[in-house]
Amino acid sequence: MLSAVPRLCLRGITKRYPSVVANDRIDLTVQAGEIHALLGENGAGKSTLMKIIYGAVLPDAGQVQFNGQAVDIRGPQQARALGISMVFQHFSLFDTLSVAENVCLGLGSEVSLGDVAQRIAEKAAAYGLEVEPQRPVHTLSVGERQRVEIIRALLGEPQLLILDEPTSVLTPSAVERLFDVLRRLAAQGCSIVYISHKLHEIRALCTACTVLRGGRVTGRCDPRLESEASLSRLMIGSDPLQLQHRTQAAGAPALTVRGLSVPRDDPFGTDLQGIKLQVHAGEILGVAGVSGNGQRELLACLSGEDRRAQPGTIELHRTDISRFSAAQRRRLGLHFIPEERLGRGAVPSMSLAQNTLLTRSEPVERGWWINRGRMKALAASLIDRYDVRTGGPDSLAQSLSGGNLQKFIVGREIDARPDVLIVAQPTWGVDVGATVQIRAALLALRDAGTAVLVISEELDELLELADRLVVMSKGQLSPPMPRAQATTERIGQWMSGLWERA
Amino acid sequence: MSLHLERRSQPSVVMTWASPFMALFLTTVLAGTLFALLGKDPMRGLSMFFVEPLANLRLIGEVLLKATPLVLCALGLAVCYRSNVWNIGAEGQFLLGAICASGAALWLAGLGLPGVTGGSAGTGPGAEAAIRGLYAPVVLLAGVLGGMAWAGLTAWLKDRYNANEILVSLMLVYVAQQLLNYLVFGPWKDPQGFNFPQTPSFDGTMLLPSLLGGTRLHAGSVLALLAVVGFAIFLFRSWQGFQLQVGGLAPAAARFAGFSERRALWAALLISGAMAGLAGAMEAAGPLQRLTPHVSTGYGFTAIIVAFVGRLHPAGILVGGLLLSMVLIGGELAQSRMGLPNALTGVFQGLLLFLLLACDTLVTHRVRWKPRSPSSSQVATAAESPS
Repeated sequence: MLSAVPRLCLRGITKRYPSVVANDRIDLTVQAGEIHALLGENGAGKSTLMKIIYGAVLPDAGQVQFNGQAVDIRGPQQARALGISMVFQHFSLFDTLSVAENVCLGLGSEVSLGDVAQRIAEKAAAYGLEVEPQRPVHTLSVGERQRVEIIRALLGEPQLLILDEPTSVLTPSAVERLFDVLRRLAAQGCSIVYISHKLHEIRALCTACTVLRGGRVTGRCDPRLESEASLSRLMIGSDPLQLQHRTQAAGAPALTVRGLSVPRDDPFGTDLQGIKLQVHAGEILGVAGVSGNGQRELLACLSGEDRRAQPGTIELHRTDISRFSAAQRRRLGLHFIPEERLGRGAVPSMSLAQNTLLTRSEPVERGWWINRGRMKALAASLIDRYDVRTGGPDSLAQSLSGGNLQKFIVGREIDARPDVLIVAQPTWGVDVGATVQIRAALLALRDAGTAVLVISEELDELLELADRLVVMSKGQLSPPMPRAQATTERIGQWMSGLWERA
Repeated sequence: MSLHLERRSQPSVVMTWASPFMALFLTTVLAGTLFALLGKDPMRGLSMFFVEPLANLRLIGEVLLKATPLVLCALGLAVCYRSNVWNIGAEGQFLLGAICASGAALWLAGLGLPGVTGGSAGTGPGAEAAIRGLYAPVVLLAGVLGGMAWAGLTAWLKDRYNANEILVSLMLVYVAQQLLNYLVFGPWKDPQGFNFPQTPSFDGTMLLPSLLGGTRLHAGSVLALLAVVGFAIFLFRSWQGFQLQVGGLAPAAARFAGFSERRALWAALLISGAMAGLAGAMEAAGPLQRLTPHVSTGYGFTAIIVAFVGRLHPAGILVGGLLLSMVLIGGELAQSRMGLPNALTGVFQGLLLFLLLACDTLVTHRVRWKPRSPSSSQVATAAESPS
């Protein structure tokens, strides 16, 4: 199926934004049937480049050739008509519509909703991507939304499929299934551009690789012939920091959950059934599992955002906090870092200084007066100590990149010296440098004696951080396993709910 | 070439300030055109709105007088809107304030208290003056409580039954109007009033002290100025004000922080009900000196425009209140001096609000000329976001 004419050929693509040159004279050639990795840290310009190919962003200069023809892609519809599909990292789904309705929007008016639902079910079955077409999107977890995006892209029978960080929310076996799908597509002649910063995935999957750093191409290679270290050097320009994981004996139980059963509060949520867990001072307990298996519900019960837990089910040290509000729990030393940074962990349109007040009340005097000087000083010290790249305490939260905002939020909670810290997806969509910093901060907190609960869909992360692991599946929690006994296969099996019942 | 709206990466600070002025400018242009179409001199028509209301002390006094209830109501509404609570019923809360204040004034007058006409003789001149000085505050307090109760009804229905506060608060306006009509046409009608639907005029001790001879200005205007300062402190410097606004800007962040949604709902509605009720009480115990069916000339609704023209900021609301008050006075002048229809005031207000909303688009978007424009590029700008 390979032909001499490249599927996609970019020459001298340049895109400037008011404050930054996102793409600086980028050349990229993707052959037919090739799985081409686009490697780079967040902010390297990968997403902008892909949006240019997809027509969602117009370049300031440069030329795009598709199947040898010079094309001027002026919109996603035109891109789709050419045979280019894209799965975005940030999903473009309408929350209030169902899966089928969302997919239907992208297909045009001539197909009926019933047909679309049928086709979704077929693709879902063919590629092992479980999705119910009738469900409203707002009830879906991040992982489930991504499945919808992938299916939507596949329905267009694309010649070029662009995937932006697609595996961050999949189980190891689902990643393997996805890779099988992608290899099958490639064998059928479809070219794939695979955006990622996960080096082992790129080495396992891709047949060519273009590396971006700071908006420029810094390397081209065959990833199958490279080591992770050499790829990493190309991507970040230096060797990454190595994390130190000290072994230490865990202390007394800090957070104890037993018999926590809470019915779902929306029809497509997950019932929590008899959740039992214990986090000790000075240990990190990791919760693995595919999103949508009750993690969201468990987090809401632990943080106090959902206060329907039965009395006596959640204890902080020896205090029953089952019915306490989030603020009351925080006063007792339980802090929480949510998965969504903008809109939950931080108010987008408020400054970083104001955002400190969400969880920190030190700048509040006499119960009502906000001492602005102290508020800004607190924000400035967090920015300084947690290496947040921003204009200063007055920058709006929404002006920060995902990684920098996460560093700020993590810093804000760690700096409060919590007894218990609950973290959801600490490094989702965060670049390599910030990821290492965040993980190092969590480990340091553990070493200082805090009980840390990490919920993550990235198994690598849990294996790197956690002392013990539990797995969540269908609203139930597995017994803990020490990290030494945790293997990808065993956890993958447990993710399907197949653990030895006591 | 074609015109495009493109999303800005950050809201424009310049446009945030310029937008109300652009809207005002466009309003005058359109209003001038309207005058010309009606066969009147546009310049003279506009001067009725923007020059004549400031021509003499009496008229300036009227502008300040009408600005007072507008500012008070709008301050409370700004708290609501910043908290994502859509109270549209300040008019009803205003009317309940006027009703309760009037009830208190009539009831106090009937008690035979010292200092009140027909009342008992006081124990001494000093003590009597002190007691007399309490009557007007009690009347105002009754108004505040009335407004809070009416707004509290909306809060309760939303809290308990999840009823939409926009609809409930709006519909309660009409209930309040009927209640007012019942009282002034019925039990509270002045027996010596030649059958006019109004209460007897309040005793002099129940009225707000006058501020300036030759005008109808009363002490309430000073209270309104103090309220502007107080609300600025509450919104921008207080922990409680901050919590309310987090709930308005990002409800999930408020839940994450542990700021109670229910408390925010009640607080926002009670605060705005109190302010509207106070304004209503001041109207009855101030310029009108009695309760009539026309105690409000739509102040509660006009205050919505004031709140938005003022950017939900207390200082802006002060300016917006004066501006909309000039429009109210100007409408009356244009009617009496140029024979223009009174509906013009409403047209003016509507133009201003809609043009403001239109101009506000430019805060988050910019207008661009683009060389070519296939239909798909609209999709492109919609999907574009800096990353």
